Amino acid sequence: MEIFDIAILGGGMLGSAIGWGCASRGAHVAVLDGGDVALRAARGNFGLIWSQSKGDGAPSYAGWTRDALAAWPALAETLSGFAGRDIGYRAQGGLVFCLGEEELEARRAFVNRMHNQGASDLRLLSRAALLDLMPSCKLGPDVLGASFQPQDGHINPLMVLRGFHAGLAAAGAAHLPGADVVQIERDAHFKIHRADGTAVQATKLVVAAGLGTQRLATMIGLDVPVRPVRGQNIVTERLPPMLPLPASALRQTIDGTVQIGITNEDDGDPEPRTRVMNLSTMAARAVRILPSLAQAHSLRSWGALRPMTPDKLPAYAQSDTHPGAFVAVCHSAVTLAAQHAGPLAEGILAGRLPDAVAAFHPRRFHV
Amino acid sequence: MTKVDILIVGAGPAGMSAAIEARRHGASVLLLDENAAPGGQVHRAAKPDAVGPGAAQSREGAALMAALRASGAGLHSGAVLWAIEPGPRAFVLQDHAVHEVDAGRVILASGATERALPIPGWTLPGVMGVGAAQILLKSAGLRPRGRVWIAGQGPLIWLYAAQALARGGEIAGIVDMSRITPHALLRLPRALTAPGYLLRGLAWMRAVRQRVPVFRTRDVVVEGDGRLERIHVGGQIHTADTLLLHDGVVPNTQVTRAIQGCEHRWNAAQRAWEPVLDDWGNTLIPGILVAGDGGGIGGAAAASLSGRIAALEAVRALGHLGGAQRDALAAPLMRRRRAELAPRGFLDALFVPLPMPVDEVTLCRCEEVTAGSVRAAAGLGCLGTNQLKAFTRAGMGLCQGRICGPLLHATLAEARGVPGGDVDPLRTRFPTKPLSLGELATLAPSASAASASGKG
Amino acid sequence: MFERVEPPDCTITWQDREIPARAGESLAAALLAAGINRVRVTGMSGAPRGPFCMMGVCFDCLVTVEGEGARQACMVPVVAGMRASP
Repeated sequence: MEIFDIAILGGGMLGSAIGWGCASRGAHVAVLDGGDVALRAARGNFGLIWSQSKGDGAPSYAGWTRDALAAWPALAETLSGFAGRDIGYRAQGGLVFCLGEEELEARRAFVNRMHNQGASDLRLLSRAALLDLMPSCKLGPDVLGASFQPQDGHINPLMVLRGFHAGLAAAGAAHLPGADVVQIERDAHFKIHRADGTAVQATKLVVAAGLGTQRLATMIGLDVPVRPVRGQNIVTERLPPMLPLPASALRQTIDGTVQIGITNEDDGDPEPRTRVMNLSTMAARAVRILPSLAQAHSLRSWGALRPMTPDKLPAYAQSDTHPGAFVAVCHSAVTLAAQHAGPLAEGILAGRLPDAVAAFHPRRFHV
Repeated sequence: MTKVDILIVGAGPAGMSAAIEARRHGASVLLLDENAAPGGQVHRAAKPDAVGPGAAQSREGAALMAALRASGAGLHSGAVLWAIEPGPRAFVLQDHAVHEVDAGRVILASGATERALPIPGWTLPGVMGVGAAQILLKSAGLRPRGRVWIAGQGPLIWLYAAQALARGGEIAGIVDMSRITPHALLRLPRALTAPGYLLRGLAWMRAVRQRVPVFRTRDVVVEGDGRLERIHVGGQIHTADTLLLHDGVVPNTQVTRAIQGCEHRWNAAQRAWEPVLDDWGNTLIPGILVAGDGGGIGGAAAASLSGRIAALEAVRALGHLGGAQRDALAAPLMRRRRAELAPRGFLDALFVPLPMPVDEVTLCRCEEVTAGSVRAAAGLGCLGTNQLKAFTRAGMGLCQGRICGPLLHATLAEARGVPGGDVDPLRTRFPTKPLSLGELATLAPSASAASASGKG
Repeated sequence: MFERVEPPDCTITWQDREIPARAGESLAAALLAAGINRVRVTGMSGAPRGPFCMMGVCFDCLVTVEGEGARQACMVPVVAGMRASP
């Protein structure tokens, strides 16, 4: 039986980024993937490449995210090549709109707090400054300002995923979809048994299975608590340009569609359902920001489940009991894809994770 | 907020029959339909004094409409259902206003849509469905004139052609793409137990063949500069300004697929997904029933019976009727439904959906995704249509996979070499019909609070 | 193409052109009866499109009606004097 250098358990945004990172560095990689209706968070990702709002009180997360943003331009170009089209990477800055005085004041306090933690580029723009930045943008009267982070941007997350999968194929990796992992045996190498009776052997393995991570991580001696947090999305028909910069929960894609997000429902419900009340609330806020959206038709809506750790930060580790077996889980796998395909993949190949992720060991959940 | 015992969605044969039956037992009924008038596709503009091909069906439709008017059921035409949530609670758009309806039972009677037939050039203006042309004939009195061609397979081709000729229309040629197989002939004896059905079809076909040249080939290509101009039939070129395509119909499951937990099963004989239903039409979701072709293709007469059966179950569930009474009333309906379904096995085997086209042909009309892109995505490990959608945008456009869904599914199954049941269908989500964000926003808590305080 | 069995009873305006119609029929039917089978181009490639399914399913007959965009011409009943455009 073929023995792979690395088996990745999970073919979503995180697993395919790590897998491609390893495969493109010469490793013989197998990606074990879910079926067609896997609870793939990448399908529900809003598509922001985003640093503002992240890392408040967690400097290692802020640094890891900042490094990801810096590495994205090169990765985006590579992935566009694999995907065979522009994957929509644009990083001219990102906004968080403030509707009303209360939101503006809360955001001002947040920006000040982040400044004190070294986020020197983040700033609060008044309505006038916003209109100077985006003169063509017809903002609603409730928009009193926004925070602005010049390095933030957005991308088409589905094309990122497609790009990684095409890159995996180009690097000669095996993509094995459609069967859950039921058991992991360890001998001279790892033997991964799947529900369809097949098995895959590999020298190293990485559990990167999103919401399936907790179950699989126990098989390599790690306890990584992960719970589903639902996000609902709406996307409109294609519209003329109306919003030049992406914003939290509101962005216009390069195709002209406007994407409206995104709920954070931490209710334990494991179904990626949509609810009219949530969609309606999201639509109402979007219309307050850009009143001309009232006439735009919603085209599609969907829900997806983010894999969330107790402190909402990523978890990365190598197992002490199963050396050569790693775990990786996070909810910002698009922003962090550049790190997962880069330093994290390198660390896995080297058998030692980079120091930059030392703070993200899941042992922090068990103190 | 409207409250009603039974909400019925779709005013075709199943929906109208369900409404009439439910009213007979005293339940309050609201019947919704997207169209300007009831009837559905088959009874559209039905007339009590109809003559010619399909007249019997038209007269049945007219009788149903008259009974519906007399039944006391509320009828909302031009009303679009866009969401159903547990309750069941339905969300409806009518004249740009959003309404909520709380119902004891919901009967979905959303009928069928034409299975698309993606031949090379089929996206050109001038190429339409045979069902589309039949709607034009029935509802607007438009008959074909000039270089109008028909291609594909199935009874509707011959019915439409016969109806069009009877109304003075012209058809330049028909390309019959069907093939009679031993598999189909095995199912003929059972079909003959309901001979009226097949004899009617043969009569239409004979009448049409006397006046229209019929070609038997699967080699059909259309082309033109900005609109349809020419059709290639078996290598011969003819001028054409209109081509009507048909490859049977599939259940419209856009709404049932969006309901969480409402399981669907692959009907291997009909090559289509349909909701899992019991004999009464109950889905796996309490309070939600399906009647008619939306639960599996059976035709108008079977749909009408299914509507009545579902209504009996719904009124029983709401306490208007005892279980034994329901069973007694339903027994003859179930018998008749079995008889109506007798020819199905033969028709399904005779008209197996046509093969998917070469790589260059567009499958997803909205996002303009070709068969080749779908096959390439299958090569990247897409097992089903949902991952395919994420990778290629196929099924992501305005029609939300209504047209391309069965085509993507067939192409993936073919590419993977697996039975259709192994390839997941596209999931749908509410809103299943586009509404404006302004309309959607009217349901937001802050919006209602604002309007309430405005009134106060 | 198609021709009417019954005579038209009103007119509507398509772009700048007046065309005969029957009140209550679908806008798409009126366009087709007037020989207009090309009503828009796609957002992706600019390919021309026209009415296809006539039952509100395919969204290929999207037009602007009385200033409101993205209406399905096959689902909009004709009203005398109606104005529509691609």
